[in-house]
Amino acid sequence: MAMKFEKKGEGEYMLDVTGYVCPHPQIYTKKALEKLGEGDILEVLFDNPSSSESISAMCDNNGNEIIEKQMEGGKFSYKIQKH
Amino acid sequence: MEIVVPKKNKIWAFVIVGFFVLISIATYAEHEYYVYLQAYLWFGFIYGMCLQYGRFCFASAFRDLFAVGVPRMVVGIMIATILFGFTSAFVNATGWSTFHPAPTGIHVVIAGTIFGVGMVFAGGCASGSLYKTGEGNGVALLVVLSISLTQSTFVDIGGWFNKLVPASWAASAASKGLPDVINVSDGWIDQYLAGYVWNQPVLRFAEMLGMKTDSVSGAFLGNLVVGVTIPALLILIWVYFFWVRKNYAKRVLKERNSVSIKDHIAGFWGMITSSKRTALAGLFLGVACGLQMFVIEGLRMKFGVKNAGTLLHRLGFDYGLSAKGTVFDPGYWYVTTQEAQWVGWVFQKLGWNHMDNIFFGWVNGLPNPAFNPADWMSVALIGGAAVMALLSNEFKFKRPTMELAVWAIAGGFFMGIGSRLALGCNIGGFFVRAANGDPAGWLFGLGMIGGAFIGVKFFNWWTERKMAKEMAVLDLEL
Repeated sequence: MAMKFEKKGEGEYMLDVTGYVCPHPQIYTKKALEKLGEGDILEVLFDNPSSSESISAMCDNNGNEIIEKQMEGGKFSYKIQKH
Repeated sequence: MEIVVPKKNKIWAFVIVGFFVLISIATYAEHEYYVYLQAYLWFGFIYGMCLQYGRFCFASAFRDLFAVGVPRMVVGIMIATILFGFTSAFVNATGWSTFHPAPTGIHVVIAGTIFGVGMVFAGGCASGSLYKTGEGNGVALLVVLSISLTQSTFVDIGGWFNKLVPASWAASAASKGLPDVINVSDGWIDQYLAGYVWNQPVLRFAEMLGMKTDSVSGAFLGNLVVGVTIPALLILIWVYFFWVRKNYAKRVLKERNSVSIKDHIAGFWGMITSSKRTALAGLFLGVACGLQMFVIEGLRMKFGVKNAGTLLHRLGFDYGLSAKGTVFDPGYWYVTTQEAQWVGWVFQKLGWNHMDNIFFGWVNGLPNPAFNPADWMSVALIGGAAVMALLSNEFKFKRPTMELAVWAIAGGFFMGIGSRLALGCNIGGFFVRAANGDPAGWLFGLGMIGGAFIGVKFFNWWTERKMAKEMAVLDLEL
């Protein structure tokens, strides 16, 4: 499945990198967050477990907040608010 | 985030563990020599569990640092290396170590660089691809197959490639007195090994400082302190200084006017403990790696052998033993050589003579994978990772897309070449050597860092192109 980046609403975006392995999910997440404005929310969908640690650490380092984390059947959904 | 583990996952985890238990009991009932293979199996299982739990991938160490500024994996690896160094020092001091240092030279740095590029392309190192295969990841399996195919072909390639061998290598290789069956004058890798690599110095930090490796001072002061702890700490300080310090200082300055040395020490410690599961996995890996050397050497003493080839011969399995009667039996964690043996064994069975080269024919042999000790370790590693992934509900079968398949095959190719040039991968070439005071390990690591940097530069260019296309639709520009 190809990478998808969509606008879901005002200040809300969705990045779907399901099927991708390292380092694609974390690199695409970083690039997407760089482009968003402060307060915007990015929902990242991925299914590569090791990317979960990297994305969490990256948000922590850069001061962005993961406001919601979900995981079911090996599929992850992280909502990240840019600060 | 609450994790609900479905019942079927638990059942599958029990099935996998039960399978390994059954294999262990059945083979022990057949002959006590199988304990030797079982030791490999259960250490492999532990490695798989630790790798999956800590998402422990050497590729992500410097790749994530360069690509997204995340230091957690570098920290985990350095913790594991120091702890492995400690257990290795203990084992070395008792004289029970199975470790053999590798020839050191510029070739190790070049090989590490090629390997580093490959692991970034592939999305995982040699050990990382194995554990991710246990998570059901088809891309990782493709990487493993690519590493395997590349190595087994590369070590036997001759013909036109013989023209690329310098005359000095050819002459030196011919003078080594290898048996005719190896046919050392035909094969690039054969002449590289016998004509160049074997002429390079074999060093350990203890010996460089005038100490004996199997003495307490040599093992602990020479190898552990000077050869392992100081380089690992210098890398951690470098990472803190360039990637963590600035952000940490910003946070401190929000609360007060200045940042003291004490604050930076707290920041450094915060970096070490930031990912508990990675640090914990590093801790267990470090201890298990040292313990494996101790156990394998103990079993060698018990059975009066120096190599598993002798045990296989006693059990009646002579197929695939090397000209010296040996098989690949490192006595510690290793990944790529047994992967090369998988495809090499298949090629041999199909009629392509793979026993006329140094790698298989003189050193590692091509035994049946069902009786290959290192294979038991790798298969169990995949199983251990699968159990861990099932119990954390992270197991998922994933088929590779065409794009990822290309990255996997290319990455596996570069890792396969790098592994054979360095005589090891991120585990056998870096982790084990660095932890045992072999400077070749750090030189390979240096190359891996350079390779990861090059790989990330390329990856950034690639992903920026794709993101730009997606964002152009939304009026967002990169």
